[in-house]
Amino acid sequence: MDTLVAQYSRPLFENEGSSQEEQLELIQTLPPLSLKFALPPIAQPSAFLRATTDDHSNPDCPIKIAHGTTTLAFRFKGGIIVATDSRATAGNWIASQTVKKVIEINNCLLGTMAGGAAGTMCAGVTPQEGPALYYIDSDGTRLAGNLFCVGSGQTFAYGVLDAEYSYDLEDEAALELGRRSILAATHRDAYSGGFINLYHVKEDGWVKHGFSDTNPIFWKTKLDKGEFSNVTSELD
Amino acid sequence: MAALFGQDALTDNGPGYAFSQAPSSAAGGIRERSFYPYTDNGGSTLGIAGEDFTILAGDTRSTSGYNINTRYAPKVFKIGGDDSEGTNATIILSVVGFAADGQILKERLDTIVKMYRYQHGKPMSVKACAQRLSTILYGKRFFPYYVHAILGGLDEEGKGALYSYDPVGSYEREQCRAGGAAASLIMPFLDNQVNFKNQYVPESGEGHALQERPRVPLKRKETEELVRDAFTSAVERHIEVGDGLQMLVVTKDGVEEIYSPLKRD
Repeated sequence: MDTLVAQYSRPLFENEGSSQEEQLELIQTLPPLSLKFALPPIAQPSAFLRATTDDHSNPDCPIKIAHGTTTLAFRFKGGIIVATDSRATAGNWIASQTVKKVIEINNCLLGTMAGGAAGTMCAGVTPQEGPALYYIDSDGTRLAGNLFCVGSGQTFAYGVLDAEYSYDLEDEAALELGRRSILAATHRDAYSGGFINLYHVKEDGWVKHGFSDTNPIFWKTKLDKGEFSNVTSELD
Repeated sequence: MAALFGQDALTDNGPGYAFSQAPSSAAGGIRERSFYPYTDNGGSTLGIAGEDFTILAGDTRSTSGYNINTRYAPKVFKIGGDDSEGTNATIILSVVGFAADGQILKERLDTIVKMYRYQHGKPMSVKACAQRLSTILYGKRFFPYYVHAILGGLDEEGKGALYSYDPVGSYEREQCRAGGAAASLIMPFLDNQVNFKNQYVPESGEGHALQERPRVPLKRKETEELVRDAFTSAVERHIEVGDGLQMLVVTKDGVEEIYSPLKRD
């Protein structure tokens, strides 16, 4: 009888603790090639995720994920300019002023990142395509184009970029335009700021043109060029 | 209201989700069940990387709401040592937020770093460990660990290395970082005292002629004092911070632990 019971009943605590599979996962040093994502054990994981992490739909959400950004990239005769700010925000908190939003994929490919629902850009020169620029976002949009600005400060960057852009820009002028567009965004968009990260993608690879503090650039632009004349130190 | 009870839970795109802890009942004897697996256990952490050392520190108070659970719950841990005490460890981790998630995260990373050493016959570099921690956190992108993690150690050149993470694995190498309840109190102090932000050379001019105070690597002694100042100040103004200060310092000679009391009110 006892043997029969043992054969057909399951151990009382069979489902306690980690399963065989979970234990194996725990000691695996390498992450699996296809990422296995943990999901909350409820009917609507998406609603849970929104309630806990989406600052936009729930300002009281407990987990604040860092985002908010301005990134831009444009094609011109000398290649591609890629420029970003460096601020990350979580709600009203500035989580970082030194984020590297340009991802150096290899010596001739660059990616940019913008947190939240905003997209990324991919810039590079290939023998097949020449200088190529794509906009990609999290729901699968993929657009080829000459000029993109992405993120919370995109409108401000577009304002400057669209006004001054021409395909026939010289290298120096193109770099300056990228810098100036990000500067405009950091000035008007509270979620953008920090440092300006500038890259030039050429046929034989990309060249980095600094990670420079916006503050001195702002004052230089104002005092030397007379721009931002709305900003004064007088109170009247 | 019916939408909240999720009779059509899979297709319903409405709120379908509530934060209230207690099951609430409605007419018809239908009970709403909520799922809120997180608690904020308060406390604060802070890390500073020096020329040839890295310090991670955390207070030892654990709270839930206005209650103090315990006055000694460590938030800083040694990772990948020889045994459960972390003997001969070279990497340290601090976690703040939901203590249970922090505990599991520490446990997972510790196991992985240990297994790496058994399999490869050499200790894991901080750089590799930092990338791996990011992957672990991102694996729970849709059910995140409610933690702010900071990882410390020495890089390949023996320089202090510090990495900080958001709850889903976005990370960055930095000189200093504060996390947790009093992060907003401590971080501006660190910007000013470690990276000399908004400090200028006296009489170097006005406007864009102003020269920034040149940055110099901090000495270990003054860094420890900076950490202590940051915490004693945070204790004065934040109710979730206090009781004890635990510091782990990594140098080429290993990890040293320093504990000092904080105000217990």
